[in-house]
Amino acid sequence: MQAAESQAVAPAPVAAHPHGVRRIQPSSWFVPIDGRELWRYRELLRFIVLRDVKSRYRQTYLGPSWAILRPLVTLVIFSAIFGGLAGITPGKGVDIPYALWVTPAVVVFTYVSTALTNTASSLVINSHLITKVYFPRLFIPLSTALTPVVDFLLGLLVLGGVFAYYDRTPSWHIVFLPAFMALMVLVTAGIGLWLAAFSARYRDVVFGAPFLVQIWQYATPVIYPVAFIPSTYRWLLDFNPLTAVVEGFRWSLLGLPFGSFTTLAASIGIGLVASASGLFAFRRTERLMVDML
Amino acid sequence: MADLAISAHGLGKRYRLGRLESGFRRVRRIVSRQAGPGHLWALRDLSFDVPEGESLAIVGSNGAGKSTLLKILARITEPTTGYVDVAGRVAALVEVGTGFNPELTGRENIYLNGTLLGMTRKEIDLRLDEIVAFAGVEQHLDKPVKWYSSGMYVRLGFAVAAHLEPDILIVDEVLSVGDLAFQQKCLGRMGEVAEGGRTVLFVSHNLAAVSALCPNAMYLRNGEITARGPTREVVDRYVDDVKSTAHVNVRSRLDRQGDGRLRFTEVRVGDGSVTTGDDCEISMLYEGTPGPGRVRVGFAVYGALVEPIFQCLNETSGDVIAELAADGAFTCTIPRLPLAPGHYTISIYCEVDGKVADWVEHAAVLEVVEGDFYGTGRLPSDAHGNIYVDQTWRSEPATVTPIHLGRSAL
Repeated sequence: MQAAESQAVAPAPVAAHPHGVRRIQPSSWFVPIDGRELWRYRELLRFIVLRDVKSRYRQTYLGPSWAILRPLVTLVIFSAIFGGLAGITPGKGVDIPYALWVTPAVVVFTYVSTALTNTASSLVINSHLITKVYFPRLFIPLSTALTPVVDFLLGLLVLGGVFAYYDRTPSWHIVFLPAFMALMVLVTAGIGLWLAAFSARYRDVVFGAPFLVQIWQYATPVIYPVAFIPSTYRWLLDFNPLTAVVEGFRWSLLGLPFGSFTTLAASIGIGLVASASGLFAFRRTERLMVDML
Repeated sequence: MADLAISAHGLGKRYRLGRLESGFRRVRRIVSRQAGPGHLWALRDLSFDVPEGESLAIVGSNGAGKSTLLKILARITEPTTGYVDVAGRVAALVEVGTGFNPELTGRENIYLNGTLLGMTRKEIDLRLDEIVAFAGVEQHLDKPVKWYSSGMYVRLGFAVAAHLEPDILIVDEVLSVGDLAFQQKCLGRMGEVAEGGRTVLFVSHNLAAVSALCPNAMYLRNGEITARGPTREVVDRYVDDVKSTAHVNVRSRLDRQGDGRLRFTEVRVGDGSVTTGDDCEISMLYEGTPGPGRVRVGFAVYGALVEPIFQCLNETSGDVIAELAADGAFTCTIPRLPLAPGHYTISIYCEVDGKVADWVEHAAVLEVVEGDFYGTGRLPSDAHGNIYVDQTWRSEPATVTPIHLGRSAL
């Protein structure tokens, strides 16, 4: 009963099976997305998001109020320091209080910051699942990028509050807000996938992500208007896909002029490229992720 | 000939040894021209077939590649070489209740765990009542599982897994959890799955369970198939191997785990053999300078079927060892050795400050010769166990207790 014997018998092919026959083998450098499988497991994504939403604020005193408190405190600090002390204004001839002007950007970055830092550590945190059972690993960073959308929606209450405080109403452009929200999630998920793919091998990503978010926030016209940048360097902002998101939020909520369509097109382009390449980077890491976690 | 469920061809898996180097260390290593971290082949050129409907046991000692093989079949990791064709849906139970979240209710966890194991929501809807009944948690279904007792938690986890309907079921030692009654239930359910014509792969150290459940077995040693065939023959082969490795000098054994801060060199048992009922001293000699640190040291004794019999651990006996001399010995004294005459093997283990320093399985043979444990000159037959316990007997009339019981029942 040696191994050699079972080899000596010409191996009968594995019969066709109603549930299909799968060949498990080392994959090549290019791992295509298995759409059928993602579809079959689609409900898992829902349950992971549910789990993360429900357990996010466990053992906290303030609970989901954190989702309101974070953007609220940030906007008060920004208004006091940058709007008050530093005297930054939304621009010449713009009749909008700084606090109202900064809030849409604060809400956007609260989401970006939570989503990116969480996706960066999502594989490490969920390694107990990844090492024990097979499922499309893609759902881990994806659900982690989607979960803070709930916080984001709660954060919109802060926005409503600030509008009410200044007794203003949003522009009719608000109907386009969901499109910019989608762009925000696309860009964040794309970068998040890259971070997640790297985090399996290099734990540095987990420590680097909050730092990255901080730098990104200063590189985006959050606390200062685009006009603040000398016009010769302004094109640099087009390479930041979040510029269009922040500008888009201000356009749809406050009725401010939108920079340019180049900015928007660049943002959508970068968002799509980041997501597509992030997907493939992740797929490539996915196959051996277990051995590294 | 039956259709094949699994067919592996030249399957191999290589792991890199050691942790990821930091950039600084890598530069320093290349400058000083030292060799990089090596590789280890956990599986080497494995070729085997499993016909549909077979229950196959996979046996072998720790580090033989059993878990790696399961992980590949379950698609948790990828092989480095070769391929394996698998017919139908595979469910691997490496752990009970994978992904349970304490904040979610029992119901939510059933859905989370079920979808994680590859069921769809509809399939779970259909089987929800059965799962809940099997686990016996009807009353607590909508309470968060953090309020569950650990028994309920494990039962719910197994209930979900037991109601998967895979074409191939892979079970890895999950049966070591839960109480005896629950383990019986698990084994029973596995038997049903196997009788239902599905393919079952069962990895276990429990050779008795293996023999009861699986007519065929495969024995892995150092990542290669050593034997494949009827369970009894394969198990015999495995047991023989364990016994012969136990005769190998501990110093020269390579199949050991731990960071090597100390290394066992020899195991001394009395004067070579010990007598039932006599005080027995077992010494584990080591080399190395482990430095100060809390030490957990111990050994486990295995019987003829490699079944664990008992273990001795300084931690549980309350003997604190806080400092070690360079090169020395640990000695454990067992008063009145309660083992039946026969041959046993001993696995030895040492941990310093929470990290395994050295661990050699079946490092030595313990030969127990007949003696007078009870001081009566008699020993029970070994057909019903090989451990002796002290005991006293008495007999009394049956009149007292019923009245007392009757009262307290009111």
